[in-house]
Amino acid sequence: MTESNSIQETVQGVIATLKDKPGALLPILHGIQDAIGYIPADSVPAIAQGLHLSRAEVHGVISFYHYFRETPPGKQTIHICRAESCQAMGGKHLEQYAKDQLGIDYHETTTDGQFSLEPVYCLGNCACSPAMQIGSDIYGRVSTQSFDAIINEKKEQA
Amino acid sequence: MSINVYVPADSSAISLGADRIAAAITLEAQSRGIEINLIRNGSRGLYWLEPLVEVVTDAGRIAYGPVQVSDVSALFEADFLHGGDHQLALGSIEELDFFKKQQRLTFARIGTTDPISLDDYLANDGYRGLGNALKQSQADIVKAVTDSGLRGRGGAAFPTGIKWNTVLNTPSEQKYIICNADEGDSGTFSDRMVMEGDPFVLIEGMTIAGIAVGANQGYIYLRVEYPHAHIALNAAIEKAYAAGYLGDDIQGTGKAFHLEVRLGAGAYVCGEETSLMESLEGKRGLVRFKPPLPAISGLFGQPTVVNNVISLASVPIILDKGGDYYRDFGMGRSRGTLPLQLAGNIKHPGLFEFAFGLTLRELLYDFGGGSATGRPIKAVQVGGPLGAYLPESQFDTPLDYEAFAANWTVLGHGGVVVFDDTADMAALARYNMEFCAIESCGKCTPCRIGSTRGIEVMDEIINGLEISKNIPLLRDLCNTLLNGSLCALGGMTPYPVLSALNHFPEDFGVTDTTDAA
Repeated sequence: MTESNSIQETVQGVIATLKDKPGALLPILHGIQDAIGYIPADSVPAIAQGLHLSRAEVHGVISFYHYFRETPPGKQTIHICRAESCQAMGGKHLEQYAKDQLGIDYHETTTDGQFSLEPVYCLGNCACSPAMQIGSDIYGRVSTQSFDAIINEKKEQA
Repeated sequence: MSINVYVPADSSAISLGADRIAAAITLEAQSRGIEINLIRNGSRGLYWLEPLVEVVTDAGRIAYGPVQVSDVSALFEADFLHGGDHQLALGSIEELDFFKKQQRLTFARIGTTDPISLDDYLANDGYRGLGNALKQSQADIVKAVTDSGLRGRGGAAFPTGIKWNTVLNTPSEQKYIICNADEGDSGTFSDRMVMEGDPFVLIEGMTIAGIAVGANQGYIYLRVEYPHAHIALNAAIEKAYAAGYLGDDIQGTGKAFHLEVRLGAGAYVCGEETSLMESLEGKRGLVRFKPPLPAISGLFGQPTVVNNVISLASVPIILDKGGDYYRDFGMGRSRGTLPLQLAGNIKHPGLFEFAFGLTLRELLYDFGGGSATGRPIKAVQVGGPLGAYLPESQFDTPLDYEAFAANWTVLGHGGVVVFDDTADMAALARYNMEFCAIESCGKCTPCRIGSTRGIEVMDEIINGLEISKNIPLLRDLCNTLLNGSLCALGGMTPYPVLSALNHFPEDFGVTDTTDAA
């Protein structure tokens, strides 16, 4: 089976499972992104058909929400908080340090495909600012040193 | 008998290493052949002491913190399992002034129990409110909430009982309860703590709401940034179904209430109730015009209660102890308690639940201990990214909705973010405009276009260009946003921007002669 076929099969499976929920589009988009890592452009017609929507409507929803992505992410996505509480504790410095160390800007992926970098506006970890999240792992009081240690640990896990 | 050891599973505690501490304690106990029962509780909210380990001893619950993995072996050597002395020993958390002086109503259980144990919940006053509600008429339940004086804790402070009454009195086959758990304000985490640390209290509150207004379906709209809360809520919902606290026949009364968690997708504006409903319906989160009110025509066009997590989580204690009990806390028209979240540059960050009326200064210095850096506090942003910055001259404002409104400030969801004297208020004002531009839903022009123009004007001001022309322009633009926006995102972005300008004009390059406005 080709990779493209297997993606289509996954997409169809998610749609079939969730399409009868009231307001099913967001649960379907989450289901696809959880399974594949992003929402491939060629899944849009299938979603539209499953929910009796136009492709434009589905695309409009995908592009509205920051969390949904239309391109494959790196193996791990780093979310760094840009919000006020983190700024009050040196978050801007951490953001710049992360960009420099990874050699990428926000919304980009390292050339080795290891890490994607995304901004986030609050992780609810404001009592432990500055904060960041990698996958579902959350980190507080992140310094440049602890950033390096976390990244090295993640590289070893990969 | 094995010894009970508590290590929080709260995501902020985990962010400081609580999972590693729990693993290390388990391993060390095994290697020493000691039987322990490790319980993952919620956080007590004293985050400067996290990761906080508590042990149940003959002398009560003894706390140690902040614990690092490297401390674990020494804690065993000091016999912490029997309350042994160690430099990290704190005694009983409940005897610390930080904790003892709070009035914990909504947060009564959080940090003391296993969040996803229904037995623990029931043993600690859980489901007593629902028990009472099931014996009352719908109107009486709504009356208890109205009498309590509870106002929406999400930020808008609208009386909860009045909202419920409208839904109760709007006839419809299908009604909905929505919990707004899209806690996007920077500096706030009380919703997260409830969902991770006591999810049953939210489920109970929503069930009571459903029975009160005649809604059999509830949705918790949870932000995707809270994966731990998602897991805790789903685990608790499953247990509530299994035990007959959710479903078609709640506790044999024949009354039905179903509950499902839905995830947002990183859009701040979906914390606005009409945008949230659009999102739940599977659409772009565009703000709706009001009227119609959601209470009359809400989710899928049906009467809908939309309440914040803290509002709903405050309902069980109101139904348990009565509206009067809750109303006796607080001041003026702000009744009950507010879980304040102290964050940013502060020595003692955390969750402090108080009756309304404490002053900001007391919170910042008596409890917060001043800035984390030890430098003077320059400004405090209260109420999230749409809240004003308060300078030192306003620190004696009591934490009360009306007292804040009189200052052109807002309490909002109770988030308090502290900045020391290195903060650049013009840079923050630029960020506030940028945030509005990034998060605008795009429906109304003042917000969609005005925020981008705001960034451009702020860039000119920051670069010192034509200050005397650009300051009036910024004020004019803010005036348009304030008066012309459809919702609070555009309508309140001027609060932080103008308060920064008004209280810290020097950061904007303004001298006495440049800002005649």
